[in-house]
Amino acid sequence: MKKTSLFLFLISSFAGMAQADFEKKLQTKLILAEDGSTINIEAGTYFLTKSLSLEGKKNITLRGKGIDKTVLSFKNQVQGAEGIKIANCENIILEDFTSQDSKGDLIKTMQVKGMTFRRLKAEWLGKPKASNGSYAFYPVLCEQVMIDSCIAIGASDAGIYVGQSKHIVVKNCTAFQNVAGIEIENSLYAEVFNNSAIGNTGGILVFDLPGLIQKKGGFVKVHHNIVKDNNLSNFAPKGNIVGNVPKGTGMMVLATSHVDIYENQILNHATLGVGVISYFMTGLKNKDKEYDPYPTDIQIHNNTFERKDARVPMEGRFGQMYRIKLKFGTQVPHIIFDGILDETKVGKDGKYLPEFAICVRENNGQSSAIIDAEHDFKNIISGSDALNCNPESIKSIQF
Amino acid sequence: MQRIHLIFGLWWVTGILMSLTDFSHKELNYPEKLSEFGFFEGHMKDQIPAGDVVPYALNSPLFSDYAYKLRFIRLPKGLKTAYNPDSVLQFPVGTAIVKTFYYKNDERNEKKGRQLMETRVLLHEAKGWVALPYIWNKEQTEATLEVAGGTQVVAWRDQEGNKKSLEYFVPNMNQCKGCHEKSGKMTPIGPSARQLNGDFDYHSNSKENQLSHWKNLGLIENLPENTSEIPKIPAFNDPKASLDLRARGYLDINCAHCHNPSGPARSSGLFLTWANTHKSSYGFFKAPIAAGRGSGNLAFDIVPGKSHESILAYRMNSADLGIMMPELGRKLIHKEGVALINAWIQSMETH
Repeated sequence: MKKTSLFLFLISSFAGMAQADFEKKLQTKLILAEDGSTINIEAGTYFLTKSLSLEGKKNITLRGKGIDKTVLSFKNQVQGAEGIKIANCENIILEDFTSQDSKGDLIKTMQVKGMTFRRLKAEWLGKPKASNGSYAFYPVLCEQVMIDSCIAIGASDAGIYVGQSKHIVVKNCTAFQNVAGIEIENSLYAEVFNNSAIGNTGGILVFDLPGLIQKKGGFVKVHHNIVKDNNLSNFAPKGNIVGNVPKGTGMMVLATSHVDIYENQILNHATLGVGVISYFMTGLKNKDKEYDPYPTDIQIHNNTFERKDARVPMEGRFGQMYRIKLKFGTQVPHIIFDGILDETKVGKDGKYLPEFAICVRENNGQSSAIIDAEHDFKNIISGSDALNCNPESIKSIQF
Repeated sequence: MQRIHLIFGLWWVTGILMSLTDFSHKELNYPEKLSEFGFFEGHMKDQIPAGDVVPYALNSPLFSDYAYKLRFIRLPKGLKTAYNPDSVLQFPVGTAIVKTFYYKNDERNEKKGRQLMETRVLLHEAKGWVALPYIWNKEQTEATLEVAGGTQVVAWRDQEGNKKSLEYFVPNMNQCKGCHEKSGKMTPIGPSARQLNGDFDYHSNSKENQLSHWKNLGLIENLPENTSEIPKIPAFNDPKASLDLRARGYLDINCAHCHNPSGPARSSGLFLTWANTHKSSYGFFKAPIAAGRGSGNLAFDIVPGKSHESILAYRMNSADLGIMMPELGRKLIHKEGVALINAWIQSMETH
């Protein structure tokens, strides 16, 4: 008996030492890695106490043995604002592992040219809550970003967030129980397809915000995604832009231009299927003179919309707007446009010139409304064809 | 049977430990021991600079969990830096900047000794700056290079005689760059003219302005004859200096190394540099970008007259990894720094 407990004691203390040793060895490998090398992590659950960082390297692969086989848990983290941080690198591949429960963001990559996330899971365990970290996958100021077959769960801001980046592909990913499932912000040339965004507050967001280094996003294609049941109560800390997203949002385009949304399944959203809004709708002041607050050249076509008849939930600014101002009752249009136009792009008929139009056609279950937000919602135009346009003006965005 | 288990268990655990490749710092081609640089003479722990090594101090230093710091610089023989009023001085290749972090055993009584924690060496090589963390041994006879950083418990008594203790973190080499970065390249943070423009006690209580001293040693050129032209950051706790200058100086050294247009926090659009006069990018009524939990349910970085509504003050007053700023280099809240920033924001006119 005594020997057994001694044995158990030895094993547990060695296990603790082995964990600490693993962390130090792995971090040392990342620091000393020669360009072009691959670092493998065996199957197992590893509890890390500090941020893992990779800095200033080229052509490095960090590879586990598979999602939920190799697990990096940051539950016991005592240092660092993110689980994994990669900065100032070229051609980095992260693949085949799970990361969990960091105090801040899970995987942040900054200023990386050629950043691939492949077959990764990044999650906060337990029920979605405001104390979860902000972003699960967080490339910012990167170029050539590939996020493929990744899973993001429980982020208190966005599960997959691409910020101020260029040339981006997000495909085959799953995002659920985040505030925003997938968010493309101030980013250029992004293609988001074959993803599932289910059970978040908002499914897929395409935003342009003022005051940033990369001023202008746009040229974004969103297609063949399943966007469903994004009716989770918004649990983002206020002050963050996604805190404004009402629960029950399928997709939202905020101030971004040249966005093509097609052949998506956009199903069962309590508030809106797709919203196209200007920055004015946030109620925030803009002091950035170079910033363009208007979304223009937005195409929404060949999608399928479904929704059960029900009143919009009375939650947040948008919920109040719907219930007090818009008063759609139980039959709420799938697509709304705030109707606030950039006057420099308007033709003689008072509508956007064709190249700037907000264009909605040929969707299954199509219904839309221009809500005239500029004039206190006085002249709401709703109906299936409220945002109809000449089919010839639908041109696929090229990049 | 159980003994077999025990042996088997030990074999298994050792197997795991051995299977991870062991690295030697020799691969890095940097001295493994701090003493090899020859920065100090006499006993290492006394930190007495060798003849070509110059001690210096900053007017308003970065807060690092109440650690004290000793700073030294060694320029290559015959070479010098050139004065500029705005940014960190440009030092020639071959320069070494040395910073030792320590705690006084009793802040009320210097005679009770001190504990040296780590010495960071910034070397300017032809390919750029490199940062090397050396961790002191318990005997305080030597410090050893640890690229992955480390952890050490330290205990002391503060100015009020309260017992304090802390699990002190030495950052790893990559994390050094988390702060010491400009446009992707490693760079020093502290030694700008505005930080060095103050007196230092060199020998037997003979205080001298540091920049004048450097000029006399031939370490700096183009220094203005009229020293009043040289900008100066006041100590953050200097009651004689203006609140505005103290606060902006504090934000400059504690935040602006990341929060500048080419620093690691450039993605936030918040620039807390000494020279930034643009109100919005300095935080006034600026909405956060990707602050997440750091926003604390508040709308703006700085709301004049309302420190409790300002994200800047909220994040300084937190020790939660997902909220606190700076995000590295501290575990404790700098109460005096928070009080300064609160007072500064409160002093502004409400809009």
